[in-house]
Order: sequence, then structure tokens, then C-alpha cells
Amino acid sequence: MKKVAFAEINASNGFYVLLLLLGSVVAVGLGAAYFMEHNGHEVTGMNNQIVWGMPHVFAVFLIVAASGALNVASIASVFGKSVYKPLAPLSGLLAITLLAGGLAVLVLDLGRPDRLIVAMTNYNFKSIFAWNIFLYTGFFAIVAVYLWMMMERRFNKYSHNVGLVAFVWRLLLTTGTGSIFGFLVARQAYDAAIMAPLFIVSSFAFGLAMYILVLVSAFQMTDREFGQGIAQRLRSLLGVFIGSVLLLTLIYHITNLYATEHHGIEAFILRDGGIYTHLFWFGQILLGSILPLIILFNKSLQKSVGSLVFSAALVVIGGFIQLYVIIIGGQAFPIDLFPGYEVTSSFYDGVVASYTPSLPEILLGFGGVALALTLTTVGVKVLRFLPVSLADKDVDPHHKA
Amino acid sequence: MSEETNQDRRRFLGVGLGAAAASLAPGVVLYGVAQAKTDSEPASNKVRWGMLVDTTKCADNCDKCVSACATENGWDKHTGRAETRPQWMRKVTLKDKVTRRTTSLPMMCQHCEKPPCVDVCPTNASMKREDGIVLVDKHRCIGCRYCMMACPYKARSFVHEQVTDQKSYMPRGMGTVESCTFCVHRIDKGESPACVEACPEKAIVFGDMNNANSEISHRLRLFSTTQIRDDLRLNLGVRYEGI
Repeated sequence: MKKVAFAEINASNGFYVLLLLLGSVVAVGLGAAYFMEHNGHEVTGMNNQIVWGMPHVFAVFLIVAASGALNVASIASVFGKSVYKPLAPLSGLLAITLLAGGLAVLVLDLGRPDRLIVAMTNYNFKSIFAWNIFLYTGFFAIVAVYLWMMMERRFNKYSHNVGLVAFVWRLLLTTGTGSIFGFLVARQAYDAAIMAPLFIVSSFAFGLAMYILVLVSAFQMTDREFGQGIAQRLRSLLGVFIGSVLLLTLIYHITNLYATEHHGIEAFILRDGGIYTHLFWFGQILLGSILPLIILFNKSLQKSVGSLVFSAALVVIGGFIQLYVIIIGGQAFPIDLFPGYEVTSSFYDGVVASYTPSLPEILLGFGGVALALTLTTVGVKVLRFLPVSLADKDVDPHHKA
Repeated sequence: MSEETNQDRRRFLGVGLGAAAASLAPGVVLYGVAQAKTDSEPASNKVRWGMLVDTTKCADNCDKCVSACATENGWDKHTGRAETRPQWMRKVTLKDKVTRRTTSLPMMCQHCEKPPCVDVCPTNASMKREDGIVLVDKHRCIGCRYCMMACPYKARSFVHEQVTDQKSYMPRGMGTVESCTFCVHRIDKGESPACVEACPEKAIVFGDMNNANSEISHRLRLFSTTQIRDDLRLNLGVRYEGI
């Protein structure tokens, strides 16, 4: 295997057009946030029943994907798979930029984003949100150091140990994100310890899918060679991750179905929930899991990088839908305050809460995605995150010409 | 002569005692409801404020407690969508699925001893006073709504729109979370919450659950009462009779 060469991308017209496009989406997202903050959340689809809406779906997706994007680097430096080494720097960069995009959405959706300093100076250490502030800022710092160790030849020898710290930290981070929901005793859809491992395996899938989309797009746009060897490895890895998410989703629902008290929420998500039921079966399971699995493991498509990219795109869409069902569906199901009674009130007790996402919320969400991609684009322009080639002859130690 | 004097003395004593009783009685009665405190005096953990709702007296079509709360605390004006209407207090109607018996009751912040909203609040804006009243510090709330996700009673509202004509004693702010305060501004002056006073059936009793002589303690000792979702073991400040 040759020594891997990395290079910045060229400042072509395409680069500036891409930057302008992404920058415009970021600007629209910021405008949407300003509109929401100026007029209050009245202009969103969120309400006193569905208190977390579309911005949270985007933010949680990006944060979860951020930790998952780092896996590629971990496989190289923690688990010693040298074939992944050329992929590692971009993995670290994406971990940072996706997290930045997710946090931007989360913060800009706050009722009082101007009080962020309050959140930075007053901590309730029993709050998982407060833990997450440390987990997120720590993640930025650790991954930045990790990237430094990886990209500065003199420090390469430390990349295993720092990589190990980053790997453990990313597991903690996703545990923290899953536990936001797992620790909520009030609502029937949450209050489950499995939320943390479910979010961890979901991060593996979402992060790798985002990584594949960015990597292949960057290689396409910069005319770099992408070999079958790498594609094959990413294909198998994505398949295993999708399977793991399916397994934990199955365990979550089977566990709930075993306990009579959870039959209401299970019937709602799996059978009677209208939009949420459709999204679960057709969006998350069929479109986001079964279909990519069929494509990824279909022998006739094994040589097509396009099929890998298509599968990754399906996993991303399925991931958004999965989080929509968890976050919005979980809130739409009425809180069971009085078991054994039919409940009515002027505050939507006992009825399924309605939610129609508004345009500003969706634009804010896409603004976060665009911010992550803008930072990534600038990153690969100014520093050597991308390998010059991923052709089999350059990266596969067992390649025979 | 001596006979006259004695009668004067009796009259004097009678009027004096009557006046004394008249001036002391409200204080004695009020003592069971509330101990007024000055603004500089901290809330004491010797007190645990509580509310007992007798659902057998609560009429299905009456929401005087809710309107009194809205007027008192200034959340009665709402111009936005119905789903974003704040509701510090609401009337809930229950129908037993088997017996079809219906019950009506007011729902509001249950002022838990171990409030989940306080646990999850990242900035300590959700807090519990020493006397058991759960409040939101509107200056510290960043509007993340995690407390609304965590509250098992759906007792909190988020202010979705600009608010005007606020009460000086109960500031509200767009982008922050709010809920029943047990009318803390009234309690601290030695008065009862607005809903308690507004109830025509006197179905709500308010007082210090730590004081064995208070009416609420007396009632809690005598009658079987319910804490909603007592499986969560949150030791609530609001108890219900008749469900």
C-alpha cells in the first residue's frame, strides 16, 4: 500500500457556486430563525401539545449523525483497519461540522436564544441537557485534537490513544442524546433505557450515510478516483448498521408490546396512528431500512457506486422519518393521566395532538444542514482532509493490478 | 351602687372580649390558610403548601376557578391559535370506561415534592421553593421546553406570542415557560389562591399540609384522597377527593 496523499480541493468555479448555494440556504435559515424569534413560536407549527417540532428532528438528526460520522476515523485508528486511514480526516471534520449544524438549529429554536449565556453559566447537573452542553463542547475539543494528531505527521503516534478517547466520548455523547428521551417518565413513548443504545446504533447508520454522501459527492466534484474496494467496505458497513437499528427498533417495540400498559402507544405507532403509522412502516422500515438493505446486498449492484449513494440517501431520509416518529409521534400520543377513564378537556387531554410543520421551522432545519455542509466545504478547501485518490491500487493493500 | 358598678364591669368585659374576638378571629382563621411573610423573608420548609380538591362538589359545566386564575395571572388574553393557548389551569372531565360515571376536576401544576420539570431544567429556571411551590424563574428560562416534555401532568404552557397588559406581580414573557404558581403573590400576603376563592362550591381547600391543625391536614386525615399518577411517587401538593 502506498503512502496516502491528501490535498485541498481547488478553488474552481464549481466550488464557489456550491459555496454560494449552501450559503444562501444558511442565510434563509437564519432569516427563518429571526422571523420565529421576532414573532414568537406562534408562527411555527409547534404548540403546547407538540412542544418539540421540526427543528428538533433536524437538530437531533445532525447531532446523532455527527457522532456517527466519527466512526470511520475510529475504525482506522482505534480498531487498526489501515484501509480506512485515508477516510479518517474527513470523518473527523464531518463530526465537527454536523454537530455545529445541529446545535445551531437547536439554539436558534430556543424561546430565548439571546440567553444562551445563561445556559453556559448556570448548570443543573441533574439535567441531561446540562450534561449535553459539556458532552458537545468536549466533543468539539477532543475531535479537533484528534484531527491534529491525525494530520500532523509528527503526532501520528498519538492518534490511536486520542482516537480511543474520542470514540468513548462519542458513545457518551449519543448516550446523552438518547437519554434526553429515555429519561422522560411522563410520556408513554419514552421512559425506556433502550433509547440510548437505539440512538447509538442509529448514529452509526445516519453518520455513515452522511459520510458516504459527502465523500462520494466531493470525489465526483473534484474528479478524484473512487475505487471498488472502499465502496465495498462502506457498503457492508452500512448494511450492518441498518440491521442493528432494525434489531433495536424491534426490541423496543417487542418490550413495549409485552407490557399491557404500553399497548396504547404501540397500537398508535404500529397500527392506528395515521400519519405516524404510515411514516413508521413505509418511511422508516420500508424506505429507510429494507430497501437500502436489498440494494446494498444485491449482487448485480455490487459494482455500482451510485447504488451505494442511493442507499445512503435512503438511510438519511429514513433516519429523519425515524426521528420524526419518535419525537413528534411520541408527543402526539396523549399523556395517560387517568388510566381506566375517557378524558376530555379544553387543553386537548385524551386526544391525539395535531402538528403541521411550518415553513420557517423547515427552513431553519435545512439551514442547519447547509451550515454543516458549508463548513465542510470550506474545511476541505483550506486543509488537507480529502485523499487524492481512493482508487484500489492506492488504498487496498491486497490490490492486484 | 355596687350592683351598678358590677353591671358596668360586665358590659365592659363583654364589649372588650367581643372586640378582641372580632379582631383576632380572622387572624386565627387565616393562620390555617396562610402565614403572610414579608418580601425579604425567605420561604420556609416548615410549610408545605397544598391543595385538596373535592371532586364530588366540582360541577361539570363550571370553570369559575379557571377564569379566576386566568384573570388573576393575566393569561386570559390570547390571540393566537387554539393549540397555543396558555392553560395554567384547566377543567378535565373523566368518564369511567366501565361504569360510565363522570367526574369533573381542575388540573394544574401538582407542585410535586420531586418535580421532574426541576430535574430536567438545564439552567435551574424551574425551581421549587422551600415551601413546596414549583415556579419558573422567567429571567433564567431559555425556552428549551424540556420541562414541558418532562411534566407528567401537561401543566406547563409556553408563551408563543407577545404578551401585553401583564400583571406587575406576575410577569410573563414570550419565549418562556409558565404554569400555576399557587398564586404565590397572594399566598405571601396571607391570602388564598384565586381559584380557591372563586369556587362557588368551596370544593378547593388550600393550606399548609405540615400544620396538623390546618383544614387541609384535617381533611387529608379524615378522607381517602388520590394523587394523580401516584405510581411516579412524586408526592404531590395537589390531592383529589372522590376519584
